[in-house]
Amino acid sequence: MKYVAEYRDAELVRGVIDEIASTVTRDWTLMEICGGQTHAIVRHGIDQLLPDEIELVHGPGCPVCVTPLEQIDRALAIAAKPDIIFCSYGDMLRVPGSSDDLFSIRAAGGDVRVVYSPLDAVNIAKDNPDKEVVFFAIGFETTAPANVMSVLSAQMMGLKNYSIIVSHVRVPPALHVILGSPHNRVQGFLLAGHVCAVMGYWEYPEIAKQYGVPMAITGFEPLDIVQGILANVKQLEAGRVDIENSYPRAVTFDGNKPAQKTIEKVFRECDRKWRGIGTIPMSGWELRPEFDAFNAEKRFDVGDIKTEESSLCIAGEILQGLKKPNDCPAFGRECIPENPLGATMVSTEGACAAYYRYGRNLSTD
Amino acid sequence: MCLGVPGKIIEIDDSKALKMAKVDFGGIVREACIEYVPEANVGDYTVIHVGFAISLLSEEEAQASLETLREIVDLEDELGIGYDGKSADL
Repeated sequence: MKYVAEYRDAELVRGVIDEIASTVTRDWTLMEICGGQTHAIVRHGIDQLLPDEIELVHGPGCPVCVTPLEQIDRALAIAAKPDIIFCSYGDMLRVPGSSDDLFSIRAAGGDVRVVYSPLDAVNIAKDNPDKEVVFFAIGFETTAPANVMSVLSAQMMGLKNYSIIVSHVRVPPALHVILGSPHNRVQGFLLAGHVCAVMGYWEYPEIAKQYGVPMAITGFEPLDIVQGILANVKQLEAGRVDIENSYPRAVTFDGNKPAQKTIEKVFRECDRKWRGIGTIPMSGWELRPEFDAFNAEKRFDVGDIKTEESSLCIAGEILQGLKKPNDCPAFGRECIPENPLGATMVSTEGACAAYYRYGRNLSTD
Repeated sequence: MCLGVPGKIIEIDDSKALKMAKVDFGGIVREACIEYVPEANVGDYTVIHVGFAISLLSEEEAQASLETLREIVDLEDELGIGYDGKSADL
């Protein structure tokens, strides 16, 4: 497949890893922001091929992992109401709320459907005028263009039975939390390629400069990832702090302007709680008040939400790169994909799920 | 969720409220919204996320960065400064 096969060329990947090895002289800790990259790294064994000097820690870029428990419990309460068709990206179905998940709502008779795109949910609303269709609009900057367009599309179609629960987060505020922590170990970043495809990378030079940390915009294939690592290592060894675009075939400095404009029209920035991390000021998006008619939280009263998190789960520390999945005493024991304590063990972008699936279930050493 | 898939635009449909396209992912054809890449033409490659094209892939940039990486690797070979990496399935 074009734009895939050539970026999985094992010989070229090994060559770039050789170049990393001959460049590195000291220990460096890098973080890949995006959970999709975490899975690619572990799946292709890149973490094991790198020289010992390079340690990769895994970032918070797993949308379902950071969706706050309150919002999941609220979604579950709405999904359990009669005459609701609740639509969600597939990853969300097994994510544990305080006592249930979306699968158990479905097992109890709720109409919970997996959709590939939010436009599918809009079409379900059109086809079911006697039902209320609610879409769980979660994600980072990558899913925002789709989620906002679903609202505009429902508005254009005159639909009165489509609404969304928004739980959107943005990468740059999370970088401030990670880099501002007294426990931070991260010295360079692989920035999330597809977040930057939408938003560009004009937000990052200031952050890099403020904390003295280099960054490389990085894609998702093995060659992309080692290229992003090489860009970081070269800068670190030379004492440079820049933003390098290691994914130029898909990302420009400005990003996708029509998408940014449409997000701006429908969403506004807001404080947002991240599961396991806490509230990060102005780190999220919410619907603007003029779209209240499409805001499920305004339309469905679910009363007070009291949450209860597993006391064993250390997902919060894992999502900030402070710990690795196999540092958790519950990993692979009380917590497995079939019976997850935290969202990081569920999602195809969760670090714990990647470690479990690809056999990194032994100790860190 | 953030794993966009590259696909080739094989048909564009302007007739609906949202600009849609048929996109070929190595033999599997799906419909996607191309409202955010208004400059897209049939034959272009695009990254699709949850049913939306978010970026058109630049052939020129792709070739340029592959070329740079090949040069790095060739130079490594010529100078014989390799690293005996541990094996893994790439």
